[in-house]
Amino acid sequence: MEGVSTMVVLAAPITTGLTMVNAQTPRPVDNRDRRWGNWMVATQTGDRTVYETLLRDCTPFIKTVARRQGVSPNYIDDVVQETLLTVHRARRTYDPNRSFSAWLRTIAQRRAIDGLRRQSRNGAWETHAPFAYENHPDPGRDPEEATNQVERTVRLDSAVSTLPASQREAVQHLALREQSLTEAAAVTGRTTGALKVNLHRALKTLRAQLGRQD
Amino acid sequence: MVTNSYDRLIQALGADLTPVRRLAPPGARTLIWLTIVGAIALALATVSDVGAMSRRLMAAPDMWLAAIGSLVTAVLAAVAAFQLSLPDRKPAWALLPLPAAVFWVAASGIGCLRWWLVPETHPASLGEAETCLAFILGISVPLSALLIVMLRQGCPLRPNLTLVIAGLACASAAATLLNFIHPYDATATDLTVHAFAVATVILANAIFGGRLLMGKDVLASV
Repeated sequence: MEGVSTMVVLAAPITTGLTMVNAQTPRPVDNRDRRWGNWMVATQTGDRTVYETLLRDCTPFIKTVARRQGVSPNYIDDVVQETLLTVHRARRTYDPNRSFSAWLRTIAQRRAIDGLRRQSRNGAWETHAPFAYENHPDPGRDPEEATNQVERTVRLDSAVSTLPASQREAVQHLALREQSLTEAAAVTGRTTGALKVNLHRALKTLRAQLGRQD
Repeated sequence: MVTNSYDRLIQALGADLTPVRRLAPPGARTLIWLTIVGAIALALATVSDVGAMSRRLMAAPDMWLAAIGSLVTAVLAAVAAFQLSLPDRKPAWALLPLPAAVFWVAASGIGCLRWWLVPETHPASLGEAETCLAFILGISVPLSALLIVMLRQGCPLRPNLTLVIAGLACASAAATLLNFIHPYDATATDLTVHAFAVATVILANAIFGGRLLMGKDVLASV
C-alpha cells in the first residue's frame, strides 16, 4: 500500500506537468482541425485549389474512420469516394463554429455503415471461390475438336506435300502464310500471274484429294 | 503536391465547385417554416368562428390538451427534422417530439371515453370525419412539400428517419389547424380517421419524399 501511495505522489507532478504543456501547445489534431476548417470556409467561397488540397488531405482520415467501422479493405475505396461525394454535396452545411473533423467523421461513419450494408448484401449473393475461374471449362475449347483439328492439319500437310513444287510453293505462301501476291512474288521470284495459276491448280488438286478421303 | 488514387474524382469535384452560401442555423429555418404554418392559422382564423373554437376547446380538458399536444409535437418535430437535415447531428434528435406525440395521442384517446361518459355531446358522423381526413391530407401536402424543399438544402444522412419526423411535423401541424374548422367532439371514429390521416401523411413522406429530398445524384458523370 505504501508503495502505491508513493507512486501516486510521484506520478502527480508528472501528470500536472504534461497538462501544462498541453494547455500551452495546441495538439497537432487541433491544428489540423483548425486548418481543415479554414480550408472548408475557403471552399465555401469557391476556392478550387484549396478544396482539392483539403479533399486530398482528408482521404487518409476517411480511410481510418472506415477501417475502424469494420469496413473490409475491398470496400474502403468505395467508402472514401462516397464520403468525398457527400462532402461535396454537404459543403454548405459546414458551420465554422463547429469542428470540421467531427463533421467529416460523422459523414465518413455513415458512408462506412452504408458500405458495410452493401458488403453484407453482396456477401449474401456472392461466394468466395478462388479456384472457380481456373476450374471452369471453356466451352470454346472442345478436346474432340482439337483432335479433329490436328488430324485435318496432318491430312492437309500430306496432301500439300504431294503437289508439284511450283504449286506447293503457291499454296504455302498465299494460303498457309497468307502473304499477298506481291509479297509471294518477291519471295519466290515468280510473276503474280504464275502464282495465281499455280494456286488455282493446287486448290483444284487438293479439293479432289481431300474430297476423296472424306 | 501529394497525389493519391482518388485524384480523378477530386479533380472532377474541384471542377464542379461553385461558391455556396452557408446554410442558416436550423433554429432559424424551423422558425421560417413555423411562421408559414402560423400564417395559414391566421388565414383560417379569419374564416372560422374562433370564439366557438375556444369555447369548444375549453369545455373539455382533453380537447385543449390534445390541441396543445399536437401543436407542441409539430414544433418539436420541425426542430428535430431541421437538425436531422444536417450531417453532423445525432439521430437522437428524432426522439425529441416523441413525448409530446405520446401526450397528444393520450389526450385524444381520453376524448373517446368522454362520449360514453357525456352522451349529449355532438359526435362527428362518418361524413364529417371524412372532411377531417380531407383537411389533414390537403393541408399536409403543401406543408410537406415546403418542408422537404427546405430540408433538401441540408444534407440528411438518414433521409428516411428525417422524412418520418418531417411527416410527423406536417401531420401534427395539420391536426392543430383542423381545430379551426372542427365543430365536433372527439369520438372513436373521428380519432381513428385522424390517426389514419396522420399515419398516411407520415408514410407518404417516407415513401415519396426520398427522391425529392435527395434530389439528383452529385456528379452523376464522375
